[in-house]
Amino acid sequence: MKKLKYALFTGCTAKQSTPEQMMSTLAVADKLGIELVELTEASCCGASHLQDYDDFLSLVLNARNIAYAEKHGLTMVTICNTCQLNTAMTKHRLDTNAALKAKVNEKLKEVGLEYQGTSMVTHFLYAIIDDFGLDKIKEMVVTPLSQFNIAPFYGCHNIRPSELQNETHKKPESAYRPTSLDDLIIACGGKNVDYAEKNKCCGFHVELQAPRTAAILTGNAIAGAMDNNADWMVTPCPLCHLKLDTQTGHASEAIGREVALPVLHMQQMLGLALGCSAEQLGLKHHLTKVNFV
Amino acid sequence: MSTHTITTQKVNFKVFRFNADEDYLPYYDDYTMEVTSEEVVLDILNRIKWDYDGSFSYRRSCRHGICGACAIKVNGRSTLACKESMNTMVDLFGSDLIFEPLSIKRAVKDMIIDKKDFWEKHDAIHPYLISDVDEHPEHEHLVTPEEAEELNEADLCIQCGACHYACPVVEINEDFFGPAAFAKAYRFEADVRDDAHTLRLVELHEEKQGLWDCVKCFECAEVCPKDVNPIEKITKLHQMLFKEGVATSNVATRHAVGFKHSIVKNGVLDEGGLVLYSEGPGIVKHIPVALRMFVKGKIVPPWGITKSDKLDEIKKLVKSSSTAKF
Repeated sequence: MKKLKYALFTGCTAKQSTPEQMMSTLAVADKLGIELVELTEASCCGASHLQDYDDFLSLVLNARNIAYAEKHGLTMVTICNTCQLNTAMTKHRLDTNAALKAKVNEKLKEVGLEYQGTSMVTHFLYAIIDDFGLDKIKEMVVTPLSQFNIAPFYGCHNIRPSELQNETHKKPESAYRPTSLDDLIIACGGKNVDYAEKNKCCGFHVELQAPRTAAILTGNAIAGAMDNNADWMVTPCPLCHLKLDTQTGHASEAIGREVALPVLHMQQMLGLALGCSAEQLGLKHHLTKVNFV
Repeated sequence: MSTHTITTQKVNFKVFRFNADEDYLPYYDDYTMEVTSEEVVLDILNRIKWDYDGSFSYRRSCRHGICGACAIKVNGRSTLACKESMNTMVDLFGSDLIFEPLSIKRAVKDMIIDKKDFWEKHDAIHPYLISDVDEHPEHEHLVTPEEAEELNEADLCIQCGACHYACPVVEINEDFFGPAAFAKAYRFEADVRDDAHTLRLVELHEEKQGLWDCVKCFECAEVCPKDVNPIEKITKLHQMLFKEGVATSNVATRHAVGFKHSIVKNGVLDEGGLVLYSEGPGIVKHIPVALRMFVKGKIVPPWGITKSDKLDEIKKLVKSSSTAKF
């Protein structure tokens, strides 16, 4: 197989509040022999909040980020669901609206760039499944996670809106019965846990203005996983991770019940199965202790 | 032309039953039926009533996706029963299907719910054109096709409630207007003939009931049988709040605007700085968790942030491409 190579859009949290996500991404890429070219020029995607304030500016900034992936001639991989949404949505809107694309390019021209629409934008989870393949992952597993019940938490912005699914990876999945994360758990030798909240919202985006709503959604998600005998949870989204890992106090208070489970990034789970060390995967950076490694 | 073949398959149904006048708790009836590829969900509701149990109750009227009466939940997904084919449902969920009302806690009888909260919120956003209409006009009030486009199909809403009862915030926060009311508000805010000025927007800006409590989960966009895409309208309304000068300084507006400040300074976000800018003195409530995060190496001080390369480009673009003011 030809060596896989992607342009990596790290997003902001990977460099700040979830350093373990950056560490595990690099560790897993190294194990799988995937080359990641970090887009160090990239700006923040706006996280859907800048979009509420200044739509055009957010389009220009995201188009600039994609333009750098295009310069490398590579598919852009994201490691955050919300980065994925905002980048893929920008691509969708520019690729389907020539006038808007021209308007954005007029601005990008000022800095010598052009958005062409030649690079695909996908989440690292989908890149691994589509391009590397779960069968190959299975062959490479050295520490099967067979003793664990693992609850997948998909995160809204990878699976919704489903209109972006066709454009972002090869095997579009249902927003109602997503399988990618379950499949990865199984490929790592784990037992996937089914529960009602696995494709629901964690509340991250209203944490500041509606803390009660956010805490209840987080609490319900962890409680759903606990009630279905999960040993731990796994997510492809660092924002979901921040909610599920660091906000258990508020969540427990909001739903009137103590909830807490170790929560791993999907890269950390995969890394464990591939034989990466706890240090490489940054497991010490969690607030809810990863107590099984 | 290919010949159209009708296929059949066996489907197991679990159907929610409850009569608020008689039952203490709801229960589920099980049915197994041969379902054809021609049938929609409403056909199954009809067959349950006509072939099995005449007391089974649900709302239906037009059967053409216009009246909005027959929305229910199939395996937890809001579904307009007359629109969705059984094939689609089986593709989505397999051959074990659960029929429930749009909202179990609002169930009156079987699939029928009390939609009072939906209609109250719909009414609260002034869902009509506010305009001084000349009752004796000399010529037509013309709306250009481009102006009509601005509605972005928000006028297609049939008030079925699918999005409202799919919204996780509606379930938690009883003041929240919900996606259908927001889409309706947009439908009039985007109408060139409307003259409400800031009447609706001021109410949409209010915390708890308004736009800022939307969690951005996209559930509403996913379930809408008319592709109204309420979350898209919610985003546009957010932008209108700033454009029309309605947005006042609160934690949510500062959070949205704070992204721009952070981007122009660092390219990337300064997470701590953003929370401080958004919360102001309210930051104190975050300190206990923040300290624990700091100990675990999850908080980077402003001077430790890795700024984007070619930051000058980003600064230049922010300057030339900004379209909003606060």
